[in-house]
Amino acid sequence: MIDWLVLAIAVPLLGSVVAAALPGRASAIGLATAVLTTGSALAASLVVAEGGSLRSDLGGWGAPLGIALAADGLSAALLVMSNLVALGISVYALDYFSGGVRRHFWPLWLLLWTSLNGVFLAADLFNVYVTLELLGISAAALGALSGRPDAVAANLRYLLVGLLGSMTYLLGVALLYTELGTLDIGLAAEALVPGPLAHTAFALMLGGLLLKAALFPLHFWLPPAHSQAPAAVSAALSALVVKAAVYLVLRLWMDLFGPVAGPGAGAMLGVLGAAAVVWGSWRAFRAERLKLLAAYSTVAQVGYLFLFFPLLAIAPPPEREALLGALVLLALTHGFAKAGLFLAAGLLQKRVGHDRIDELGPAIQSLPVVGLTLGLAGVALIGLPPSGTFIAKWILLAESIGAGQWWWAPVVLIGTLLASAYVYRLLANAFGPAAQAEPAAEGALAPIGRLAQAPALLMTLVAVVVLGLGGEPLWGLLEGVGP
Amino acid sequence: MYGLGGILLFLLGVWSFLVHDGLLRKLIAINVTGAGVFHVFIAVAYRGLDAAPDPVPHALVLTGIVVAVSATALALTLGQRLERPDD
Amino acid sequence: MGVRHSLIIGLLALIGATLAWVYWDALIGHAGTRLAGLALERVPESGVSNPVTAVLLNFRAYDTLLELAVLLAAILGIWSSGPEARGFLPAGPVLGALTSWVVPLLILAAGYLLWVGGHAPGGAFQAGALLGAAGVVLRLSGEPSAGLPPLPWLRVGIGLGVLIFTLTGLALMALGQGFLTYPAASAKWLILMIETAATLSIGATLAAAYLAGEPVPARSTTQQPGGTRP
Repeated sequence: MIDWLVLAIAVPLLGSVVAAALPGRASAIGLATAVLTTGSALAASLVVAEGGSLRSDLGGWGAPLGIALAADGLSAALLVMSNLVALGISVYALDYFSGGVRRHFWPLWLLLWTSLNGVFLAADLFNVYVTLELLGISAAALGALSGRPDAVAANLRYLLVGLLGSMTYLLGVALLYTELGTLDIGLAAEALVPGPLAHTAFALMLGGLLLKAALFPLHFWLPPAHSQAPAAVSAALSALVVKAAVYLVLRLWMDLFGPVAGPGAGAMLGVLGAAAVVWGSWRAFRAERLKLLAAYSTVAQVGYLFLFFPLLAIAPPPEREALLGALVLLALTHGFAKAGLFLAAGLLQKRVGHDRIDELGPAIQSLPVVGLTLGLAGVALIGLPPSGTFIAKWILLAESIGAGQWWWAPVVLIGTLLASAYVYRLLANAFGPAAQAEPAAEGALAPIGRLAQAPALLMTLVAVVVLGLGGEPLWGLLEGVGP
Repeated sequence: MYGLGGILLFLLGVWSFLVHDGLLRKLIAINVTGAGVFHVFIAVAYRGLDAAPDPVPHALVLTGIVVAVSATALALTLGQRLERPDD
Repeated sequence: MGVRHSLIIGLLALIGATLAWVYWDALIGHAGTRLAGLALERVPESGVSNPVTAVLLNFRAYDTLLELAVLLAAILGIWSSGPEARGFLPAGPVLGALTSWVVPLLILAAGYLLWVGGHAPGGAFQAGALLGAAGVVLRLSGEPSAGLPPLPWLRVGIGLGVLIFTLTGLALMALGQGFLTYPAASAKWLILMIETAATLSIGATLAAAYLAGEPVPARSTTQQPGGTRP
């Protein structure tokens, strides 16, 4: 019997151990593991798409005594995106890291991947805590990989803040266990009665996860940590690791705390999301370095995701499905686009040794594929058609006006305008007259292989074309998710 | 009572984390916070003098302690790199 | 600063009061239910008689596997941050003699805890912690390797627990049992095997973590360790 849910977690875990034991062959082992992991995750998602949700009781005890893995349409959608992006990052990493760093990168990277798949498949509240810690520790270690003091300091702060978030979450779990006597999400949901305890546990768990999701004003740790990490790692942090926390918020919101999570909590998340959109976009516009721009843009994009919550909290079923689909579509599009943007930024940084936006023109001119990637990522971040973001924002606007909450619409418009401004600023530097005037001297540019340019371009293409024009099946996949 | 003590520890840890600067203090604060949460779990396990305690929270706490130790070790090492970057 | 501090204190006091009230309410209302009954009832099927070990290595074995992965991530992160810190000066005769007594005792105690974990308090984590402590004592007394094997073996050692654990789980799955579903007849020995591997990994990881960096291979013995660390 082949259990794809188990393999999506066990394969990268084994790969990590083997890569750690054989540092000389870390790249080969890593890439082989990456392919097998992606295959397992895609197979699991395919089964979900065809036959509905999957569940597997580890140890054969079943809940509440044992721990289960579970996948529904929501897990499947995020699993597919994360594993494809992670595969792209793996291919990119082959060229990106030099020999000495490789042996450190691969085992940690495969552990991070293990924990990502673990989060998306978790069905047990305490298990979520353990996978989150694995995610936080491997992410911080990878972020500090360059060893530069500013990178180490930023990621140390990320590690500590993440720990505080986990502990807060765990106290919520302790309260729930005291009252409900189970850790399984499904059984806990059945036993949960709205009351002071449910509200308190909800607040604690939500607070801990929001810290990890970097929702304004808890975003302060993200820009330095994400912008100082090596580009391959930044891509994973911004595109995937933050999404794991957002996914858990959504999962608990819908599957566990449904009776508690009312319009009030939704409105609060919406307000914080709105502040994140405006503040993150503004800081991205003001950023002088490309990776810092990308990191602040993540703060803004996380904000958009939380704009859906006030509407989800009040929407009747048909609208809920539309909103949920749009929310997931936005998360997937951002995952592909932001990973592509960070990878492209890493190539430019490698090419000229810095990522100061005002001086990147010649480097972009000399790498047309990277220029195209930046353009496509920009389309997705602004939300121009035909990108997935365009559809998602359209639904968000229509639903908020339909629900009588028109005030979210100007937030979306301001965010979109600011995004256009920062993307324009980036591209104007790349293709404007200034860049044409002074072509770079060939000798000053480090060579960049073609293989390293392909993943970023493919990811942004998925964000703009595949998810934009072919995002329809997502709503079918998500049917039946939630209460 | 034990559990309430745990909640107190949790709050003290959070307070210390927010107020104090410096890596070591923040790290100790986090560990105090964690100890508080683990106390709450241990208190839940108690079922009266004549019944065996609930083994599940005990196991969770053991797992939690190992996780906390791992994170602390990594944080201490990273902190040490900052203090002597040229070593 | 004063205003900010009192604001934080006030806020935390408010949260604390809520937490305490809610928690007390839940504890009084539901004394004794939860998973205890179910877990204790099924301990005899788990292959061990110590309920906590039954939860850790059988009912919730997946958590424990990921916990070993967390330890692995931490040590890999420590290694990736740079080479190890300098060691300590060799110990004087008194400490040296003490070390030669304490270390074997720690190892012996670790073996005992590992075995006894099946039916009494003890188990892989306590045993691994003692092994790690033995390494720390060795390191403190001036033994630069902290008793750890050479780096190539150490690289296998830190992952051994995860490796044996995962392979056992996958082998059981291939046999049609399901991941980490031990057959009742062999549960005891499978758990002991996993625990042994985990103990070695935990001990090696904790001792290696104390070096605060990747061990430097082929450390020459003539090199004077500069023991100036506080």
